[in-house]
Amino acid sequence: MSVEGFKHLIDSFFSSPSTVFIGSVVGFGLFFAFVRFFTRPLVAGILTAITVGFLAFAVTDKNFFIIVTKPDNVPIVGMLFLLGFFTWLAFRKAVINDLRTEKGEPIIERSEKEEKVFSWPDLVYPEMICMIGLTVLLLVWSILLKAPLEEPANPAAAPNPSKAPWYFLGLQEMLVYFDPWIAGVVLPGLIIFGLMAIPYIDNNPKGNGYYTFKERKFAIITFSFGFIILWIVLIIFGTFLRGPNWNFFGPFEYWDPYKVESLVNVNLSEFVYIKWLGTGLPKFWLTREFLGIILVLAYFAITPLLLAKTVLKKMYLSLGLFRFNIMVFLLLTMMTMPIKMVLRWAFNLKYIIAIPEYFFNI
Amino acid sequence: MTEENKPNQPEEKKPETGVPGETPKPVSEAPKPAAPAAPKPAVAKPAAPVKEITRRSFISWLAVGWIAFAAGTGGAVMSFVRYLFPNVLFEPPTSFKAGYPDDFLVGRVDERYKNKFGVWIVRNTEGFYALSTVCTHLGCIPNWQPAEKKYKCPCHGSGFYKDGINFEGPAPRPLERFKITLADDGQIQIDKSQTYLFEKGQWSDPDSFLKA
Repeated sequence: MSVEGFKHLIDSFFSSPSTVFIGSVVGFGLFFAFVRFFTRPLVAGILTAITVGFLAFAVTDKNFFIIVTKPDNVPIVGMLFLLGFFTWLAFRKAVINDLRTEKGEPIIERSEKEEKVFSWPDLVYPEMICMIGLTVLLLVWSILLKAPLEEPANPAAAPNPSKAPWYFLGLQEMLVYFDPWIAGVVLPGLIIFGLMAIPYIDNNPKGNGYYTFKERKFAIITFSFGFIILWIVLIIFGTFLRGPNWNFFGPFEYWDPYKVESLVNVNLSEFVYIKWLGTGLPKFWLTREFLGIILVLAYFAITPLLLAKTVLKKMYLSLGLFRFNIMVFLLLTMMTMPIKMVLRWAFNLKYIIAIPEYFFNI
Repeated sequence: MTEENKPNQPEEKKPETGVPGETPKPVSEAPKPAAPAAPKPAVAKPAAPVKEITRRSFISWLAVGWIAFAAGTGGAVMSFVRYLFPNVLFEPPTSFKAGYPDDFLVGRVDERYKNKFGVWIVRNTEGFYALSTVCTHLGCIPNWQPAEKKYKCPCHGSGFYKDGINFEGPAPRPLERFKITLADDGQIQIDKSQTYLFEKGQWSDPDSFLKA
């Protein structure tokens, strides 16, 4: 296969958010299904080598080079590697501990605790060396990568594409699928609230002070999904794959501001009354949005019941009604994001409930 | 020795600062050290021949202090609120004359007032309308793309047809229209203080559309 053919193949996979997102969810699932295989040093080393090799090949492409070497984006590339390394390290230790407990051996942390050292000089010296190293890194960084200053701001013209700071690109991606009131206020507020609620919801005493995966599977998978898929992957979307007009571009694609994309979106009420019933939209908003309101209420009211009866029965018994309901509410709220994304890609669904008269859209 | 000296220092100082008897704060602290260390006030007394501060006068001084504090804070807050309403606003007028109807071509989205007033003036075969250049999703400024005949927002990808109807991306409602009339001198007059929303059925209002 020629180089151009390979690039086209990559672009055709990466050129739509649905394939990249679903691909990363599949990768996420595979990692947790075969976590012992993926955390082997050899496997992790091969995956790193493939990634670095791909990066080395990809920077020879002009369009890829422009995006990756933008002064804002260089640290993000570095941070992605750091994220991969530390995720691997944590799971590696967790897997080793799980294997040890299976055999009845003490975990790593227990054998480490036997040894005690002095804070001076064993801690203070490495800290000072880290400080000097970081200062050198920051100096070199600030000399090599220029601050991306642009022309004075013009309130009448937005840069194209207009991007949030990198750490908020997940939120910006969320805004593509939700109403600003939901994606800008309600969901970020619930993220903070949910993170604060974790210590009060989680009553599993295991995994305290040591790495483990087997003893905290639900907690670790849920948090990793929220962090890696719904935050990091969306930052990657926003940084590297979203171009002019917030269109989705493949990594080797030229960021053409005139790229034609048909993204016609339809509300659920329009599906119901225009496509299926063929009667036209009713005037009154409550009759118009009836089905959407029922669906959203059912999602938040009936799903917890079903979960308590079936998959999460044990958890329901151990957490109790109140904590279980809060936990499931937060979980369901988190899952609205991938659900809404998939609905948008599959059916061009814009809003399940759309009441622009009262600025309320879900 | 050092341990014994330390508590002496604040006790000897306090009666001295308490001499003026005008600031309530040192007075409130003065009775406290008197209780644990009984002999000390006897040493300090010759230096303070002023009248004793009673509980009643202390409370009235406290009230004066609180009123002064509230007045000071209130004044600061008021001056901050005042700061939110500047004397001069360097904003373009909301109502302006956009030129004669013949200046606009049929079928063209006119961008000449986009930068200054935030208005697109569109002429179709029937007449004129003035569209707001603010996206109804989160307030970015979309770009008019002549080739695709749509306004496309660079922030979250909302798209609007030429008439302002939203059709792609997350924007929940169409672009707003401004009041457009014909002035006495034959020029087009646009009043941005009056908006017409499609979702409220206001685009049928005669002032939202100027017949050619």
